[in-house]
Amino acid sequence: MPGLTTAPDTRNGGAVVVERADLQHLLTALQRRGYTVVGPTVREGAIVYDHLSTVEDLPIGWTDEQDGGTYRLKRRGDDAVFGYAVGPYSWKRFLFPPVQRLWQATREDGSFTIQAEAEPAPRYAFIGVRSCELQAIAVQDKVFMGGHYTDPGYQARREGLFVVAANCMVAGGTCFCVSMGTGPAVSAGYDLALTEILEGESHYFVMEVGSELGAAVLAVVPHRAAGETDVERAHRVVACTAEHMGRSMETAGIRDLLIDNYEHPNWQQVADRCLSCGNCTMVCPTCFCTNTEDVTDLTGTTAERRRVWDSCFTTSFSYLHGGSVRQTVKSRYRQWMTHKLATWFDQFGTSGCVGCGRCITWCPVGIDITAEVRAMREDGAATRDHEEDGDAHA
Amino acid sequence: MRTHEHEVAEQAFLRGLSARHLAQIAEYVSDVRFPAGEFVFREGEEAGLFYIITRGRIALEIYGPGRGPIPIATLHEGDALGWSWLFPPYRWHFDARTLEASAALAFDAPRLRALCDADHDLGYDLMQRFAQTITQRLQATRMQLLDVYGDHTGSRSRQLRNGGVRHGD
Amino acid sequence: MATELEKGVAVAPGVADPMLPELYRIERVGRETGDTFTLELEPLYGGRALSFGAGQFTMLYAFGVGEVPISISGDPTRPGRLVHTIRDVGTVTHALAALKKGDTVGVRGPFGICWPVEDAEGGDLVLIPGGIGLAPLRPALYHVLAHRDRYNRVFVLYGARTPQDLLYHRELQRWRSHLDVEVAVTVDRASAAWHGNVGVVTTLIPRAAFDPTRTTAMICGPEVMMRFVALELQKREVAPENIHISMERNMKCAIGFCGHCQFGPTFICKDGPVFRYDRVSGFLGIREV
Repeated sequence: MPGLTTAPDTRNGGAVVVERADLQHLLTALQRRGYTVVGPTVREGAIVYDHLSTVEDLPIGWTDEQDGGTYRLKRRGDDAVFGYAVGPYSWKRFLFPPVQRLWQATREDGSFTIQAEAEPAPRYAFIGVRSCELQAIAVQDKVFMGGHYTDPGYQARREGLFVVAANCMVAGGTCFCVSMGTGPAVSAGYDLALTEILEGESHYFVMEVGSELGAAVLAVVPHRAAGETDVERAHRVVACTAEHMGRSMETAGIRDLLIDNYEHPNWQQVADRCLSCGNCTMVCPTCFCTNTEDVTDLTGTTAERRRVWDSCFTTSFSYLHGGSVRQTVKSRYRQWMTHKLATWFDQFGTSGCVGCGRCITWCPVGIDITAEVRAMREDGAATRDHEEDGDAHA
Repeated sequence: MRTHEHEVAEQAFLRGLSARHLAQIAEYVSDVRFPAGEFVFREGEEAGLFYIITRGRIALEIYGPGRGPIPIATLHEGDALGWSWLFPPYRWHFDARTLEASAALAFDAPRLRALCDADHDLGYDLMQRFAQTITQRLQATRMQLLDVYGDHTGSRSRQLRNGGVRHGD
Repeated sequence: MATELEKGVAVAPGVADPMLPELYRIERVGRETGDTFTLELEPLYGGRALSFGAGQFTMLYAFGVGEVPISISGDPTRPGRLVHTIRDVGTVTHALAALKKGDTVGVRGPFGICWPVEDAEGGDLVLIPGGIGLAPLRPALYHVLAHRDRYNRVFVLYGARTPQDLLYHRELQRWRSHLDVEVAVTVDRASAAWHGNVGVVTTLIPRAAFDPTRTTAMICGPEVMMRFVALELQKREVAPENIHISMERNMKCAIGFCGHCQFGPTFICKDGPVFRYDRVSGFLGIREV
């Protein structure tokens, strides 16, 4: 292989350099192994995640400008491949599809039978997964695989997954992974992790190996050992990103803060602005609520059960005989935010928020959960001794 | 008139009343019995007596044309029956009818009112007991009015019954 | 990439898919009241009867219509037919109400936390069903009657809307005739033909002679009813840790994935539906939680 001096360490943890020109080899290697390669691409004014055929599909030379209720793509002055933050899509749409058939049922002889699904799970390779997104996948792992029940579809997709992570070189206008402790450097859960370096004429990726599978894939991609300079440059990229976060969330005691303030007047102030459109739940990488739909064909002989993404912002979400439990926008916004930032701890032992900022960017009226938490802290929030809190779980 | 001091003292409703006050009101009490199905008092009649039930069950009823007698509440041993005697026009608002053979202590209402006027300590004590009974009955009645077991769906919500089941779009 | 229907994936052999129903045949349909009926089910392909705990529920599936969570109301000590008492109040229950003996339904479950019948041993037990709430409590009573010597005094204080809405008439009479179960019944409204009690269910509590220092209370009914019954029990000095209620919320999956049944920090489907009252009383007091 061209450019090899010393035999590079491609075992777990070793760092190598892959030239920008050789990035296509990585995609090809994954395609040859039968992976469906998925990654960022520009479409309709946004960077979304979709199937990738070649490196040319990547958002080369694009960046995004984000703020509350604002998202614009802009041309960069260079050809960086991963020079943007995150877009409206998250990887959950592949691990946890928005509309999915669970099973079919067929009428026969006065009774009916149920047919389970038979398709094997797709094997995805994700290109360019950010630290916050890796954390979000870990959060959803806990939801779908960490309890008494396991979602077999999620587990199957998850087990077949290959992750090429990317350390962020750009901090988004609404990003706050630093204050959430979720980035910008990737820490775990990847097979390969790259940091893009553009220095003068040089354009390459410092690539770290995170698993044996990652090492095996990397072995067929042209690369050289990473030198001290390369590694240092990579660290500087990440450090610079960490210094430019658009937002920050004060997380000390946040669970108790929200649990103790269900009746805080701030909720109504947010509700006066919130459209209850549910955008935040659609773009949030950890939101997992779904609905089940039962449909039949016109003859009524075949029925299907589908699972579809749902949002706690709909009026029917909390429907109980007689009406919805959460009739006001205030109660629905409160449900979303207290779940994401507080009761998620009770349920799964972590925060539900990874600091990606999508909910702030994609809210049509720019509601900012970091600002809402700040407002609650500053506006005389109630506090209560939580030592005697029993576990609400039996 | 035989005094029923002993029986009066035993009533939970009057527990804590001083011996002197017990003796006073016991002077104006008599023992009454009713067979099953008999009216203790009728709506509109003069409310001249106040009862504490000592045995049996008594239903408060109201009669509606075309609806027949409608039972509103059932009172049991130990319950105080009737408070229309407390305030003018001193007329019963409901019928009270025994559901089974019953007995009660019946207190002369005008005499009781006179006792309370003369001795405000007794008056305050008795009023407290009645206020508490009335409060409890009012709370219970409000809960009854809520009709909690009823089906409260309106036609608008018929589409969304059972939460989100939709036929194929 | 437009949102399209994706086919699900095959589940690895040996792995259970908790969203896949088992098929059951209706062996008997009984009418209870004007809008309530009972289905007795047996597995369509034979096999072991479903074993369950008192207070648990299943998701019943009517072909092509949908699923609905229904408490199991049979005897947990003698698993035989799977019994569900259902109120015809929505699309799915309406479809179930149209089914007959021999028809097939789907069943997933059992799910949920049970009534603490074992923890209640050694003391008095007060069951307070309201309306159709007797259906989820009946399994607890069956368990208690099967182990009667483990409990002290046992009370059933049952409130319903009208005499026509009382469930399990014959059984109520039978339980009444048990010398060791004290049954009291009341209705919110009645005609003169009713010679029983008229009044809200809390009126039965002052006259039930349980020992509040060693009583376990289990309440099941509409949420408003459970709240005021719990309050009344506390007036009798029953400790809130000894009061248990059965909560309800919109439920789609029953396995903690769909998020619909959340009530504060809990999922009603897997942290409930039975809850210790003191653990949820804070959230019961907040509107629209």
